[in-house]
Formats: sequence, structure tokens, C-alpha cells
Amino acid sequence: MTTTPAAQRPAGALDRAAAGEPANPAKRTNRQRPNYWLSAVAIVLFVVVFLVPFAFVVVTAVKSGPEASQLSLSWPSEWRIVENFWAVVEARDYLLVIAFINSTILTVASVALMVVVSAMAAFVLQRRASRWNGLINFLVLSGLIIPPAVVPTIWVLQGLGLFRTMVGLILIEIAFGISFCILLFRAFISTIPRELDEAATVDGAGPVRVFFQVIFPLLRSVIVTVVVVQSVVVFNDFVNPLYFLPGERNATVQLTLFNFQSQFNTQYHLLFMNILLITVPPLVMFIFFNRRIVAGMTSGAIKG
Amino acid sequence: MAGTPTTTTTSPPPVPTAPGGRSGSAGKGRTAGSRYPYWFYLPAAVLYTVLFVLPTFASFFFALTRWRLIDFQFIGFDNFVLFFREPALVTGLVNTIIFGVVTSAAKVVLGLLLAVLLTSHIIGRGLLRSLVFFPVLVSTIGVGITFTVLMDPFDGLFNQVLGAVGVDGPGWLTDPSLALLSVAAVDVWKGVGLATVIYIAGIVSIPSEYFEAAEVDGAGSWRRFRSITLPLARPATVTVIILSLIGGLRSFDLIWAMTRGGPGFTSDVIASVIYKQYQAGFFGLSTAGNVVLFLVVTAIVLPLFWWLNRKEVEL
Repeated sequence: MTTTPAAQRPAGALDRAAAGEPANPAKRTNRQRPNYWLSAVAIVLFVVVFLVPFAFVVVTAVKSGPEASQLSLSWPSEWRIVENFWAVVEARDYLLVIAFINSTILTVASVALMVVVSAMAAFVLQRRASRWNGLINFLVLSGLIIPPAVVPTIWVLQGLGLFRTMVGLILIEIAFGISFCILLFRAFISTIPRELDEAATVDGAGPVRVFFQVIFPLLRSVIVTVVVVQSVVVFNDFVNPLYFLPGERNATVQLTLFNFQSQFNTQYHLLFMNILLITVPPLVMFIFFNRRIVAGMTSGAIKG
Repeated sequence: MAGTPTTTTTSPPPVPTAPGGRSGSAGKGRTAGSRYPYWFYLPAAVLYTVLFVLPTFASFFFALTRWRLIDFQFIGFDNFVLFFREPALVTGLVNTIIFGVVTSAAKVVLGLLLAVLLTSHIIGRGLLRSLVFFPVLVSTIGVGITFTVLMDPFDGLFNQVLGAVGVDGPGWLTDPSLALLSVAAVDVWKGVGLATVIYIAGIVSIPSEYFEAAEVDGAGSWRRFRSITLPLARPATVTVIILSLIGGLRSFDLIWAMTRGGPGFTSDVIASVIYKQYQAGFFGLSTAGNVVLFLVVTAIVLPLFWWLNRKEVEL
């Protein structure tokens, strides 16, 4: 895994490679004309396979109840976006609103802390050689591979008085996300020259200032990547809220959607409006940060 | 063993500066040490140890108990015996492996095909890349519910379309022999985008001179794929296999959203068994399931990881 050429390049080149731009555009693009037949086949295939399910979600979400229950991919005869939207939002005492607030708190808090905590660890791990590094690297990789033990984690959380609390869930998300973040940060920090820290130390900066005022600002681009990728991961997380934050009042959006499935079993228009609303945040992230997400996921993958 | 490959990536850059830093640190050892203080590890280490490492170790003990959280009773390997004797639980074990292997293989093949397609000269390449990747970012539960509706045996879009061409569509999620594979297909649909972008990153990093030289030598497109793309995209293949195996063996939310392990226990996997036993209050048995899952994942992923990386060195 580590020998992937992309893995050894500086971040800029990696972004480009991940975004799929040819390494030397002049040579690759000029020579051939696009293959029109292949293009047509590819476009039709992709539309059918990847676009139709989303189209189905959208049209079902805006139909009236009886029309939606036919489950067909037809153009809606009447558009009920606003009615369906309010019906879903108001359902069960604005549960969806509460869920969105909970998910936002969870995502923002856990990702923010995850970034700071892992960047600090990755900085020392990359800079300071010690006999513990082998063990630490092993633990970091374990975090990517080993499935977390559910009930023992609940047992620990209960012992700390954090089971069924938002704080507990936030800490859990941080603990499970640390590995991925450390790998990304460590790779990026290795491209920052050590002379920088040395110069700052000579100028009288302590370790905290060296890290937070010299190194941390330089991590900006990889921080954006980590934040975007982990936000999507935490926002979409279903398993951890299911286990560690059960209960109606503090549900997250994914849990709410799951519970809607059984309650709105026959009200497909509301169910799919819910899916549509939950898809909006990742869609926004995707539109603005498409290349960052792809770069983060492929580089993390290649190194993991 | 798992730690070594990554250390090698990061250790080369510091090497040139290390001698200077080291000889300096001999004199002002305290400065160099305190520039990178160990307490920077502390927040991450505490969280990780308390919430991940400790529960993992605890699981090996509690898997041997009848456990009610307030108290426990040591019962030896009874939970594991039950796990391998109870047909429903054995099904879960077998299904986990089937699910992991099938999704992983499909993602390798389809991801490579799509990546080759999306690096060739076709119109709308960028848009198609976005289209194939977007499902990766969508909520698994949302995808699960959508496809459950699409796969409805009577009214679902799949069988409506099949019915229109005169084929009687199967009960995708209600037929016991098909349910697991249907869920696996949806998992591939959702995850193939990640495999594709990993392969794209691998393919575009191959110098175009190789393809040009091969073309001059008269190699056709199949030959170029077979002799250049395939071997040089190998690191990407390793990544895709490992990642999708880890994901596939642990997979829970898609299965839970689509079939909840049903019909019967036919699409249960270890992860869903863990949840069911947890819900039923059999915490010891649930934890034993966790240990089994841990063993399955490490027994499959670690040797594979080692083997795939070792062959790379030989090449």
C-alpha cells in the first residue's frame, strides 16, 4: 500500500492525482478524439445505475401520499414539496428538527476536537523518534482494522457516567476517528521542514506556541480535508448513536430516519422527504469540497 | 508487523535532518525533547485507551462470562460453543465471510473497470466521476431504505421494469437464498465509487510514456491494460481489497436497514447478531460475537495485508 506513487507525492500532486487530472495534460489530451460511442453508452449506463435511485427519491418525496405509494418513477402530477416538507418537520413534535440540532452538535464538536487532538499526537509522532513509535503506529493501524467491542464500551461509558449522553457519544466518535486523522496529519507534517520548528524554538517559542502558531496554521489544507471527510462520516454514522445514545429525545438524524421507516411504512412521500432532507448536508459538502473529499479518502486509504 | 510499512513511508524525509538534529540534541537534549513533548499525546491517548483499547481487552474477558453489566458469572467457553453450535449464529458467521468476499471482489472488478472507463477519452468524464462517487457520501440508512422500496417484490421499481419486459422478478429481499446477495449488491452500488477513485488515482499516476511506448510497439488496448495498467495499479488493488474487506466484514447498518437479518436468519451477519444479542440482554454472548468478529477480521485481513505487501517487494 505504501509504495503507491501517489502516496509519496506532496499533497498538491496527490490532490491532482486523486482528482484524476492527467500528470502531463498536453500529452494525454491532444492526441485522441473522444470516443463518442463509448461516451453515449457510459452516460446512459451511469444515468440508469446511479441517477435513477436518486431521481426516485426526489419524485417520491414531492408526490402526494396516494401517488407516492404506487412507487413508480413517474413525473409527479402535483408538486407537494412544501406540504410534505412541513409534514415531516412537524411529525412527532418536531423530532426531525431536534435530530438535526443533535447531529449538528455531535458533528461539530467531535470533528473539531478530533482535529486538534490528532494533529497534536501526529506532530510528536512524526517529529520525535522514540522506541514507543512502533507501538503507537501499531495502535493507530489497529484502530482502522479492529471492530470496536460494543458492550464493553457501554460498560466503560457507564462507569464514567457518560452512557446515553451526548458528551459520551462525542468522545466515542473522537476515539474511533483518531486513527484516520493521525495517518493523514502525520503524512502531511512529514512534508513540513523541521527547520521551521527549530527556528521558532530558537526565537524562544515553547512547544505549545511552536505547534499552535507555526505548525497548525500550515496544516490548513489537510485540516480542511479531515474536517470535510470526518463530518460526512460522523453525520452519517448510525451504529454508534444506536448503541451509545439510545432514546427518543436525543436521537440523531440517522436514527430518526431509521425509526421513521417503521412508523411511516405506508407514507412513502414523508419517508422519502426525510431521506431527501438528510441527503442535503452531504450534497452541499460534495458540491463545495468534491476534490478535497476524494483526495482525503484516497490518500487515507492508500496509507491505511 | 502491521506497523512497519507505514513507518517506512514517513521515516525517509526526516533522515537527512536527523543527524544534525541528533548531534545538536546531544548537547541541548532537553530543548529537542521538550520541543516535541510527550504530553501532546495525552488527550488522544487517554480517549483512545479508555474508549477503544480498554473495551477491546475487556471483551476478551467478558466473552467468557454470563454478563448483566451489574454482575457477571464466569462460564468459560460456553458462549463460543453456543456461537458455533446454534444454527442461526453459524449462519451469521458464514454470511459475514460471504458478504465480505463478494462485495470486496465486486468492488475490485467494477472499480477497476469504471476507473479505466473514466480515465479514457469520453465526454462528461468529470460529471460521471462525481456521479459514481456521490453514493459514498450518502447516508447508508437512506440508501438502504430507498433500495428496500425499489426491491419490493410486488410494487418495487425493479420488478415493475422486469414485469414490463415479461419477466417475473424475484423477491429480492424476501427470498432467503437471495436476500444477502441483494444487500451485497446495494453495498457494492454504494461503495464502488471509493474503489473507483482509488483506482483512478493509481492509473493517472502511471507515466503516459509507458502507454505511448507500448502503442509504438504495436500493443493493442487489451495488451496495454493487461501488461501496464493492471500490474502498475497493483497498490490500488491492495488498498481496495483491504479497505472493502474491513468494511464488508464489519458491515451492519445496510443489512439492518434492509432486512434486519431476515427472512429468518438468512441474511444475518456477525455484526447484526451482536446487536440482536445485545438487545435481548445477552451481553456475554454479544461480546463473544465481538470477539469472533475480531478474530475473523484479523485472521483474514492481517495475512492478506502481509502477503499482498510482500509480493509487492518481490516484483
